[in-house]
Amino acid sequence: MNPFDEMIKTGGEVRPPYEQLKCWLDTQNPERLAQKSLDAENVFRKTGITFAVYGDEEAAERLIPFDIIPRIITGNEWRRLSQGIEQRVMALNAFLDDIYHRQEIIRAGRIPRELFTHNDAYLPEMVGFRPPGNVYTHIIGVDIVRTEENQFYVLEDNARTPSGVSYMLENRETMMQLFPELFQQIKVRPVETYPKLLRQSLAAVAPPGCKGTPTIAVLTPGIYNSAYFEHAFLADQMGVELVEGSDLKIENGKVVMRTTEGNRAIDVLYRRVDDSFLDPLTFRRDSALGVAGIMDVYRSGNITIANAPGTGIADDKALYSYMPEIVEFYTGRKAILENVPTHRCSEPDTLKYVLDNLSDLVVKEVHGSGGYGMLVGPAASKKECEAFALKLKANPKNYIAQPTLALSTTPIMTEKGLAPRHVDLRPFVLVSDRIRITPGGLTRVALKEGSLVVNSSQGGGTKDTWVLDD
Amino acid sequence: MLLGRTANGLYWMFRYIERAENMARLIDAGLRMALTKTSDAPEEWSSVLMSAGVKIGYDSKYKEYNASLVSDFLLRDLSNPSSVMACVETARSNARMVRTALTREAWESVNETWMVLKSTLASIIPETDLPRVLDQIKRETAIIRGAFHGTMLRNEIFNFARIGTFIERADNTARILDVKYYVLLPSISYVGTTLDNFQWESILRSVSAHRSYRWVYDVEYNPVNIADYLILNSRMPRSLNFCYSNIVDNLKYLALDYGKRHECHDMSESIMTRLENNEIRTIFDNGLHEFLSDLIYQTNSLSSKIAHAYNFD
Repeated sequence: MNPFDEMIKTGGEVRPPYEQLKCWLDTQNPERLAQKSLDAENVFRKTGITFAVYGDEEAAERLIPFDIIPRIITGNEWRRLSQGIEQRVMALNAFLDDIYHRQEIIRAGRIPRELFTHNDAYLPEMVGFRPPGNVYTHIIGVDIVRTEENQFYVLEDNARTPSGVSYMLENRETMMQLFPELFQQIKVRPVETYPKLLRQSLAAVAPPGCKGTPTIAVLTPGIYNSAYFEHAFLADQMGVELVEGSDLKIENGKVVMRTTEGNRAIDVLYRRVDDSFLDPLTFRRDSALGVAGIMDVYRSGNITIANAPGTGIADDKALYSYMPEIVEFYTGRKAILENVPTHRCSEPDTLKYVLDNLSDLVVKEVHGSGGYGMLVGPAASKKECEAFALKLKANPKNYIAQPTLALSTTPIMTEKGLAPRHVDLRPFVLVSDRIRITPGGLTRVALKEGSLVVNSSQGGGTKDTWVLDD
Repeated sequence: MLLGRTANGLYWMFRYIERAENMARLIDAGLRMALTKTSDAPEEWSSVLMSAGVKIGYDSKYKEYNASLVSDFLLRDLSNPSSVMACVETARSNARMVRTALTREAWESVNETWMVLKSTLASIIPETDLPRVLDQIKRETAIIRGAFHGTMLRNEIFNFARIGTFIERADNTARILDVKYYVLLPSISYVGTTLDNFQWESILRSVSAHRSYRWVYDVEYNPVNIADYLILNSRMPRSLNFCYSNIVDNLKYLALDYGKRHECHDMSESIMTRLENNEIRTIFDNGLHEFLSDLIYQTNSLSSKIAHAYNFD
């Protein structure tokens, strides 16, 4: 069976949200569109919107391919999605608060204690500590896939330091430059307010002792980090400083940055540095990316760190399969957005099932990210499956498996015209005094025909995502 | 208020852009000298390396001096931190680091220069192609300057960038003069021979001043006027006087902005006074070489004082 295509129904009929776009596309000269594709690439290259691929010396900086055909979501579809997302992030924050305090969910027997006891993402340093505003995960990217007209699944919750929002913003910017006429014809909900909302959201969770306008800074590992462009972009758009660990130190119980006019205290730190590098005195001692002593300042309530250390436990893949229980436990309702059915390889029966059905499943490392170290069964050769089976048997706890979903497709522009490719969606959510969800998000697209892997590190591209204002 | 690291990034970004451009001018002047059959080409190239401040690095790598080796070392060699490509790489890394302090146009101009020159300088430049490539380098840096001047707010960011530019330029002009000071000494050649004329033109050419010289002085080159032009003239954009007057102004704006003066303010102003209240004859009488090497030393020391004052040392 063909996967669900978001533009064209099986019979060849155009789905309503794409009608106007399709009409417009049909009137366009293919050469002009091809030229626009090149223009878009030049814009990205000139602006330096690049990312680094680790372990790839030659192409130290690469462009994420951009496709000019927008992906369209109706207002109704979006309402349902955003309700589901809102419910989910509330549950995530409640869950984090609980597991670092009373652990009711464990006592109630809804999730096993072992999930935490040997899990690096669970930080004992956070036990009994309540972050300002009682918010743990301030910035979340929820990865969603679609398989049918009305079937959406949450693939993953990125509750640590989700990236990609700058692409969402630049994609829109580029589309508006390339096709201003389209935005006059089709009413699309804006995404440009994201940096402003991010700033407001961060300011709203400043430490209680902070008087006046809080000083916010973005902490980056530096220009060699793969997402550096995004760190600089967000700091710039918010009008805050972009700091590195070497700019910071502790002075009089506050985290201060070294400026041309002496040291200035920081109230809210949006850090894009992993937990383990945050504080060499508490976590990895060899870290030069963090600030020695920041955890003490944090625990005495003199700085807000977003996202809070220890939030990684909420998007741990080992925990993913328990998300329906978690959502229900804290919100009292069934999860609006479904999880992908997930097999925990740690359970012996399940492991056998997974091994027997490897060629039909997607197997992921519990702690992996970025599409590294995973097996896409249907796309893998027999040899690859066998090799993977060995790794799986050696350490079953390290893996989960899911059925291969028939991800929806949307058309991309190829040399031979429009052609369907698989996509996912990462909406971005801000949590502080209230929940702010930007309509749309980042659509990632697998550019290779038939491929299901959308990660930019594995040859994926991106598209502008339109939520219709209907 | 800026991060100390941001001030540092701006300062060095602009020093390196200035340096890339100066390298192109030096090679240009070297090429011209080598064309004049009267001169000793290897010696000319050696003095180009000296003016560029990279002779030690070159000597540890090559045994002879000629156009293709020297220009390759100054243009493309990444082991030479002052080569045009190395300068552009460093300038861009710094620009990436301070990206939030730059306008989109300013950033894009640096990024584009990097992309263009990376491809131009990817392979060895044949001697016949050098003039075109040197022109391209000067054009690229001019675009950066244009984008920067046309779009940047005149605030502390601008001031640190300008200070970097003029510290580098002052150092460069002083070094060019110091390497060739002996050809300017009146005792040796007061009436210029043909060779002297070429030498003098070469000095002017290496700061792109061979045409404007004639607008200010005379059609005939005269070593005293040349020294006057490059040291004391207040309107020549690469003269020491001009550089220092800009350093002083930009430091003053910082003092105003931040409400605080530092040691670097006093120091820059006292150097400026020496350049303003001076006659070129006096400089010659007291020793041109002594004057120049002292100024190079002072410029260096001023640079460290500025970094110290604004927390980027």
